[in-house]
Amino acid sequence: MNATRTIFAATGFWLCLGGVVLAFLWHISVGAKAIPLVTVWQAITAPQDGVFDHVVVRDLRMPRAIFAISVGAALSVAGALMQGVTRNPLAEPGILGLMAGATFAVIIGIGWFGLAGTAYVPLFAAIGALIGAVLVWTIASAAPGGATPLTLILSGAAVGGFLYAIESAAILLNEDTFRNFRVWLSGSLAGRDMATYLWALPWFIAGMIAALVIARQVTALAMGEETAAGLGVDTFKIKVIALGTVVVLTAAAISVAGPLGFVGLVIPHVVRLFVGSDYRLIVPFSAIVGAGYVTLVDIAARVVLAPIEISTGIVTTMLGAPLFIWLVRAKL
Amino acid sequence: MTRNSPLKATDLSVGYGDTAIIKNVNLEIAAGQITALVGPNGCGKSTLLKTFARILKPMTGHVTLQGQPITAYPTRDVATRLAILPQGPVAPEGLTVTELVAQGRFPHQTLFRQWSPGDREAVERAMHLTDLEDFANRPVHSLSGGQRQRCWLAMVLAQDTPLLLLDEPTTFLDLKVQVDLMALLSRIVHEDGRTMVLVLHELNLAAAFADRIVMMRDGEIVAEGSGSEVICPDELRAVFDLRSDVIADPETGRPVCLPRTPDHVARQALAAAAE
Repeated sequence: MNATRTIFAATGFWLCLGGVVLAFLWHISVGAKAIPLVTVWQAITAPQDGVFDHVVVRDLRMPRAIFAISVGAALSVAGALMQGVTRNPLAEPGILGLMAGATFAVIIGIGWFGLAGTAYVPLFAAIGALIGAVLVWTIASAAPGGATPLTLILSGAAVGGFLYAIESAAILLNEDTFRNFRVWLSGSLAGRDMATYLWALPWFIAGMIAALVIARQVTALAMGEETAAGLGVDTFKIKVIALGTVVVLTAAAISVAGPLGFVGLVIPHVVRLFVGSDYRLIVPFSAIVGAGYVTLVDIAARVVLAPIEISTGIVTTMLGAPLFIWLVRAKL
Repeated sequence: MTRNSPLKATDLSVGYGDTAIIKNVNLEIAAGQITALVGPNGCGKSTLLKTFARILKPMTGHVTLQGQPITAYPTRDVATRLAILPQGPVAPEGLTVTELVAQGRFPHQTLFRQWSPGDREAVERAMHLTDLEDFANRPVHSLSGGQRQRCWLAMVLAQDTPLLLLDEPTTFLDLKVQVDLMALLSRIVHEDGRTMVLVLHELNLAAAFADRIVMMRDGEIVAEGSGSEVICPDELRAVFDLRSDVIADPETGRPVCLPRTPDHVARQALAAAAE
């Protein structure tokens, strides 16, 4: 990176960050009762007891905006790492079974075995995500021709469909326990409490730090495994760390919002258009842009059919599917 | 040469699973020279090159890098001593020439010391040597095959290692581009004092540019020496099953292989009989 590019990147980063802050404030101001941006700003920077709007902002609306930002950043970074390490433009947690595995594990672990307690949620999600990823990869590898982007997608669809069927059966058999999971299952930022988020927070942070630390090695891996090894990258170690990071980020996002489809696919591709192929830029920009994207999508989910609210996951899927189809046509 | 060989294989066997692709190879790479590995497809020359670079682990035997077992070095240290250009590398979409070449500095950087004036100098020097300055900000994808190969070469040059291993750097290039690239490699080795090991498909390129030629067949080294020592009809027949005549280049004196078809051989035999 030469000096001009560094300045360019830094400027872009702060602009995007400013955009995210604006989206964050806008997200909070929108709702059953619109609250002016100025009031939102005051509520965050200088809250006053007894001012009703301030209470609404801080206790009711801000948590959801924070969820949106964290989940968007986590999923986008997870997708970016997966695309880089596997050199598969269609890799992302949703398509390759991590989300299905995590969702399944949460449903079964918390709902079925009654392991209540929000502290367990990220752990269950992580175990499920790992199993989902390994399952999809194993099935794809057994196919003729091995684990190609195409066999991975097919295997991901099969595993996802299978797990979803079991989830549905579990929910039908035990409707009372799972009433709360219904909305969560379609990917939603509504109705999650701050306690769940705080348990997921260390996972978000750990995942983000790990992603930034290995970004340089991921760039080398994106040029091919042998090239990376020749450049002095311990390819096995980095792949293991990357898998762990992706699992942790996916688990954190799933714990808070359920499965939000295609975020991890869309954002890294958009980011790459602007910052190129260096993961030292792709990772932080994916985090920022992804955070802004999910925040805006969640505004749309609440506003478009107001007072009815659509699940955020439905909107991200509707927006992401066309890009997915385009990528399949252009890159496979 | 024996004492100072920077890269040495001792009783090396390499394979996948139980099948050995390389069997009991002993080879010392000569310092400051171009060594070409030649042989028919599947003879193990690429496998040998990858084992030299520690990308593959040997089943038995070992590789010695600058006097020490290569396994004794941390991964990053290997990459500061030895650079490898794998066969047919593909650049990620959108990567510019400068960005690709800058990747060669990877082993010289750490998480907290990412870009130094030394790095910039090495990248500029590599791009100058390979004549890429005009393409600096172009995406690698938009270039021709020969230009792209020069970009990858610049990347391993920027790695600034005394040893360079290249796997079929001339494949899929036009003849003129092949010759230009080989001339460039020869210049780099002999002017910069580096050591190079090449896997080459094209026998006559090896004969024209390599200082030493190592002929392999079925995972074993069959012949080793200068071009005029190893390129002769009998060796070519033994190694490649190729009937050929070998003549000397009238200008350089280096051997040139002229492949002969069965028709030609039959006609020669007829002519001989007629006399």
